[in-house]
Amino acid sequence: MNRIFIILLFFTLHSRSFFPQSNDDCLMCHEDPDLKTKIGNKTVLLFVNQKSFSSSVHGNLECIDCHTEINFEETPHREELTKVECGTCHDDVQKLYTECLHGKANAKGDALAPLCQDCHGNHNILPVKDRNSVVSPMKIPVLCGKCHREGTPVQLQRNIPKDSILENYSESIHGEGLLKKGLIVSATCVSCHSAHRILPHTDPRSTISRKNIATTCSVCHSEIETVHRQIIRGELWEKQANTLPACVDCHQPHEIRRVFYDYGMSDKDCLECHDNPNIVASIDGKSLFVNYAELKNSRHTGTACSQCHTEVNVSKKRPCETIQKNVDCASCHAEVGAEYLVSMHGSLTAKMDENAPSCKECHGNHGVLGKLNPESPTFATNIPNLCGKCHREGEKATVRYKGSEKDIINHYTESIHGKGLLKSGLTVTATCTDCHTAHKELPHTNPESSINRNNISHTCGTCHHGIEEQFAKCIHSPLVSDTEKKLPVCFDCHSAHEIRRADTEGFKLEIMSQCGRCHEQIAETYFDTYHGKVSQLGYTKTAKCYDCHGAHDILPITNPESRLSRQNVVETCKTCHPAANRQFAGYLTHATHHDPDKYPFLFWTFWGMTGLLIGTFIIAGLHTLLWLPRSLEWRRKLKKMHEDELNSDNDEPVENKSKTEKDEE
Amino acid sequence: MSNKNKYVLRFSRLNRILHVCMIVSFLILSLTGMSLKFSYTGWAKVLSKFFGGFESAGYWHRFAATIMIFVFIAHIVDLIRLRKKEFGSWKALLFGKSSMLFNKKDWHDLRDSLKWFIGRGPRPEYGRWTYWEKFDYFAVFWGMFVIGSTGTTLWFSEFFTNFFPGWILNVATIIHSDEALLATGFIFTIHFFNTHLRPEKFPMDIVIFSGRVSLEEFKLDRPYEYKELVEKGELEKYLVEQYPLIVIKGMLFFGWTALAMGFSIIIWIIYAMIFAYR
Repeated sequence: MNRIFIILLFFTLHSRSFFPQSNDDCLMCHEDPDLKTKIGNKTVLLFVNQKSFSSSVHGNLECIDCHTEINFEETPHREELTKVECGTCHDDVQKLYTECLHGKANAKGDALAPLCQDCHGNHNILPVKDRNSVVSPMKIPVLCGKCHREGTPVQLQRNIPKDSILENYSESIHGEGLLKKGLIVSATCVSCHSAHRILPHTDPRSTISRKNIATTCSVCHSEIETVHRQIIRGELWEKQANTLPACVDCHQPHEIRRVFYDYGMSDKDCLECHDNPNIVASIDGKSLFVNYAELKNSRHTGTACSQCHTEVNVSKKRPCETIQKNVDCASCHAEVGAEYLVSMHGSLTAKMDENAPSCKECHGNHGVLGKLNPESPTFATNIPNLCGKCHREGEKATVRYKGSEKDIINHYTESIHGKGLLKSGLTVTATCTDCHTAHKELPHTNPESSINRNNISHTCGTCHHGIEEQFAKCIHSPLVSDTEKKLPVCFDCHSAHEIRRADTEGFKLEIMSQCGRCHEQIAETYFDTYHGKVSQLGYTKTAKCYDCHGAHDILPITNPESRLSRQNVVETCKTCHPAANRQFAGYLTHATHHDPDKYPFLFWTFWGMTGLLIGTFIIAGLHTLLWLPRSLEWRRKLKKMHEDELNSDNDEPVENKSKTEKDEE
Repeated sequence: MSNKNKYVLRFSRLNRILHVCMIVSFLILSLTGMSLKFSYTGWAKVLSKFFGGFESAGYWHRFAATIMIFVFIAHIVDLIRLRKKEFGSWKALLFGKSSMLFNKKDWHDLRDSLKWFIGRGPRPEYGRWTYWEKFDYFAVFWGMFVIGSTGTTLWFSEFFTNFFPGWILNVATIIHSDEALLATGFIFTIHFFNTHLRPEKFPMDIVIFSGRVSLEEFKLDRPYEYKELVEKGELEKYLVEQYPLIVIKGMLFFGWTALAMGFSIIIWIIYAMIFAYR
């Protein structure tokens, strides 16, 4: 030690008077690879590798540019030098560092706090872009890992809220990209935490605070909104980022993968209070208890509290005290949310109507289950009851409803759909939501509504697709008939909630009056003819409108494909009358005897027969009426005769008596 | 021998049986037929159900029609048999005293009846068959022809349209139904009055079931025939004993039933025509 000192001293004294202290002067001593000193208990190597120094970023600087304390007089210089202030040149970075966790720890005198050279090295600093640089992206995880690896003093002794950081990172998509695939653009520690101003996530200035994390991630994931539009309403990203879940709510820090990991920590914080069954709101006394088991069994099992209750502030002791708004499911369920907003339910909610159902009225809250779970209130077989909570007769929705549909739930239950669902347990049967949609139900008057006249055939067609296809070619389809008149749609014939099987008696007999609502005259004359009369007696086998005309495939008779075209009509008759012939098909199925121009034969036959009937009755009736008084008279006479006979002698011949009577007359 | 409790046989056993068959089939035909004709009324629907629904009612209708046709055929066969057995020739059958054909006396009777009705003469001395009875008799022939032919056309419509155009079925329907209305209307009002409601016969004359009329009544009702029989000395030949009371009661019951059904149909028709016509 003393020997070195003497040599150093020698060199310094020797050169001082000739030139200002140059690098060569310094290297005279520091070239020695064995040059060491002891500071406290630590041995510090004082060797400066001239080769690596000259190729470093600082290679063209003089030693004294950094080691400013050293002057010409002292050669060799004082043994105890203050540390190099990088900030003299790098004042901007220095400023960041002082605000940084590392800087603050250093200021407090934390021995574990890293200094510039702990990361960057000293004489051998290479440009970041140099692959050999210790701060090149490839090396950053190792560099930070020096302290933030499991088991290091920093990790053990300091308050670092995350575990296994390096391990998790190296398995994360970023780590994999960087370390396994060699993608140097992949995010490293500094990409998220910044290099020089590392701040805790509770600090609002931090790059990883809830407020800023989206911006941080977007540096690389700049188009991420478009990717997330399905589940996150994009415009909120800019306007109200606080109502959205932060990136890290779903993609957990250090563990970022496309799959979501179990949360834990954050929920545990919430449950500290909300696990208590007796917890109530101070405002209205409503229970704030959260059944965590229920949540874990729910559809949102992988969702953390804060993903829905977005306004939490972790820096508060009660993180939820900053919550202002109700949970907005649309933050994630954006498409459904947009539909709900335009729906009747949504528009009532917007008007602050107290009866308006929100998401949780139907879906529940923490226990929300998927619609495929039979336990869920939105499971097919539970839907009639769910909607019935408000739409059953007498409940709040029916009280305000002014339309023509009454007793909806009961009618549905008795309908073919209701029976299919509730009696046969067919979950594919149409329930309320299949026709009205689940989230965008609108009154039928609204052109957007799934049950609007113009949309209903498509709505029914989602299940009855074959019928929809047939109907599109039917004379009743707006695609075929261009008319001002109202064309019939599914519910005009089938009704809305009372839909019956088309082969039930009630339906068969009613359909005639259904057609008759528009085809008034033709229906009336139908009932004048045999088929119509028979059907009125409740006989369903007789030809009804659709037996001849078809149901969903009605075509004008001029169309050769029509069941009633000249080519097909006999075949149509034959379905009931197997021996039907061409002339048989000439039977006038809609004839009336009231139209002398159209059906003169029938008209005159009818009046001929009626004339005969009236004539006969007038003559016979007159005869009878005239007879009546005489007949009465005759009756009295007979009676008297009978009495006389009883009074007189039994032996008296009857003949005489009758003769006397006749004489009197 | 006193003829006081004697009865005159007026209708042969076959004729009585045929008339009962006629009544039964006619009632079935009119009940089932009217339920179809007035299908828009409530009673028609109930009636149709009573017959086991429309389809079954249709079978009843055709079954009854078959019976009636058999009645008709049986009567014709009976006439042919009578011609051989009792009359010997068609002439005797058709133009004899017992003939159903209208003769000069009927015109006189009609004229005298009208006079009697308006108080310008005595009650005519009616013979074996009065003119209204003959009218009723031929009304059946007419009805059998008109209703029977149209009914058969409608029954076998697929066959008949091989020879006639389809609209014939429409015409046949109108004729069949309106003629049936006339027939039921006539039978259940005019015929019922002439035979039962006529005060002197009121409330019921069961001669068509028993075939027997008391000699007293016979003398008053058919003086011309009575005189003829007495003159010819043939009266004794027709005198018979009355049936036992229980049989008479049975006949009365049947008669009342038929009468009640007939009147019901009339009331239903009137109701349908006045209150539910369309």
